[in-house]
Amino acid sequence: MSAPTPISTGHEGTVRDQFRSYIQRVRGGDMGSLPAILALVVLAALFASLSPYFLTTGNIANLFVQASELTVLACALVFVLLLAEIDLSAGVTAGSGMAVFQVLFGVLGWNWIVALLLALAAGAVIGAVIGFFVSRIGVPSFVVTLGLFLGLQGFMLLLLGDGGIYRLEQPELKAIMNSNMPVWAGWAMLAIAVFGSFGLGLSDRMRRTKVGLPTRPFIMLIFKVAAIAILGGLVVLLLSVNRGQALLAIEGVPIVIPIVLIILVVGTFVLDRTVFGRYIYAVGGNPEAARRAGIKVAQIRLYAFIICSTLAVVSGLLHASRIGSIESTAGRTIVLEGVAAAVVGGVSLFGGRGRLAYAAVGALVISIIDNGLGLIGLPAGANFLITGGVLVAAATIDALSRRRSGVSIMRT
Amino acid sequence: MGTPLIELTNVIKNFGPVDVLKGVNFTVEEGKVTALVGDNGAGKSTLIKGLSGVQPFDGGKVMFRGEEVNVRSPRQASAMGIEVVYQDLALCENLDIVQNMFLGREEKFGGTLDEAAMEFAAQKALQSLSVRTVKSVRQKVSSLSGGQRQTVAIARSVLRNAKMVILDEPTAALGVAQTEQVLNLVRRLADNGIAVLIISHNLADVFEVADNVSVLYLGQMVAHLKVKNTNRDEVVAYITGSKSMTGVA
Repeated sequence: MSAPTPISTGHEGTVRDQFRSYIQRVRGGDMGSLPAILALVVLAALFASLSPYFLTTGNIANLFVQASELTVLACALVFVLLLAEIDLSAGVTAGSGMAVFQVLFGVLGWNWIVALLLALAAGAVIGAVIGFFVSRIGVPSFVVTLGLFLGLQGFMLLLLGDGGIYRLEQPELKAIMNSNMPVWAGWAMLAIAVFGSFGLGLSDRMRRTKVGLPTRPFIMLIFKVAAIAILGGLVVLLLSVNRGQALLAIEGVPIVIPIVLIILVVGTFVLDRTVFGRYIYAVGGNPEAARRAGIKVAQIRLYAFIICSTLAVVSGLLHASRIGSIESTAGRTIVLEGVAAAVVGGVSLFGGRGRLAYAAVGALVISIIDNGLGLIGLPAGANFLITGGVLVAAATIDALSRRRSGVSIMRT
Repeated sequence: MGTPLIELTNVIKNFGPVDVLKGVNFTVEEGKVTALVGDNGAGKSTLIKGLSGVQPFDGGKVMFRGEEVNVRSPRQASAMGIEVVYQDLALCENLDIVQNMFLGREEKFGGTLDEAAMEFAAQKALQSLSVRTVKSVRQKVSSLSGGQRQTVAIARSVLRNAKMVILDEPTAALGVAQTEQVLNLVRRLADNGIAVLIISHNLADVFEVADNVSVLYLGQMVAHLKVKNTNRDEVVAYITGSKSMTGVA
């Protein structure tokens, strides 16, 4: 009864075959963050030619630090965007978490670690409230989170008082965005990344071989690891050069970078390799099919909102660390940039498609526009116009690629 | 012949004052394709919803392999080995074939998804059905044709060790070549020892693939026929009610 040749698994063939099938997928509308990466290269080249400061090591370090806050927020939003939901309150959730921190730490004088953990817990509670209304009652997330967007602004004002601005004094927290790791730690981080991805690739190959499945050409794994080593090495090298004045050395990878990388790696692991992650994609792709497969759809939605709001508080911490203060008006506008970053990076607003890495690429694009336009001295108005234009372009690519892959036709 | 896989005796279902199934007798055998035909409103959907536990029957006896059972939920039906492939297929288009086939029953390896084992099992399940139309088991479902999707949905039930597969209008939305592929697949399913129940309006399909055909007319089973002993005109006569047979077993 069995067919003579087994059905392909996508791992067969030479490097050339693999490359060809990748091109085919891209032409079929599965572009991922390719447009965003191209935009990143074009923008970098453009700003480098317009401003002599753009490619200085100081500015590159600055760019990464600026982007980190947005990256974490965009990653948070990916969890709900994958379900075709939205969280408009993520920015003020971030602010509210820090307001809770300020009350516990600044006013009540609690230990800063405890206060920080409770601030994250406050985020989780906000996420649970959103998740409850969306998944159990069926209120559209747009409306629930719009309500919370307003409500949490009031919450922050009540906690911190009108126009309240408090300095963030804790040195460990200020250091996150304003200090750098020793140079050796940057290289150690790179080594962990390189060996980690190589080890994971190897163990995946061994598992496939053990089961009796074909594996991709080994050289492709080498390519992948080499790409991480070279690109990562370049960044670490640039950040290891002294970018300060003669007397005071500023060198090393900013502390925030490994924090963002850990969030990216752990989040990607959850989405790609756990049952929970698989269910997020399934619910985002077709909730009815997920329900019939026995997935507890409401529960998945609830958890996604909890993850989103908790991670949002982390981005709030990064923001407070960078500006050195906690404000009662924090986070009102950044959420839209967060959504923009995710969409620009290739996360679909229609649900079911996207990865955390896309959100990170998108956040870099948005940040590079901000950074570059500031350097060449264009007015702030131009910044908004260009960022808005990029967002509409990205959403258009998303809608068109959906049409090409036939999804929008099938789903009525 | 041995005991049939499923035997319904005098099964009743009503929705308020409306009697939809008025004492239906019906059997499905392993390794055979049984077609359930009847006009709209005859009670076909109600019958399969009862069998799959979505809307349990109100009365009558259901025997599964000679033992009386009471199917109250889809989960229970699934545990017994009854799988339904609905017309809308219920696949996630953003996931690939392997991911869809294992959705809700993922295999794990040290707490994480065991992609390799799932890929291997999916490949084998498709091979056991001699599926040649799909290129790769890692293709996204959004890139598949209607017939290929139907294939994936059917193969999924095989993967779940189904003893009986209920197919609701499997060829309704398909072109000629794809219909042929799906019918071949249905045949191989039965050849693998599975009891197949196919609901169809298309008598050409029924005569091509089925061994037995049962006709529902206004909530009553009016005929059990062997396909090789009957013809189209006779079946149509039963469906439209212009012919009726008494004392159907």
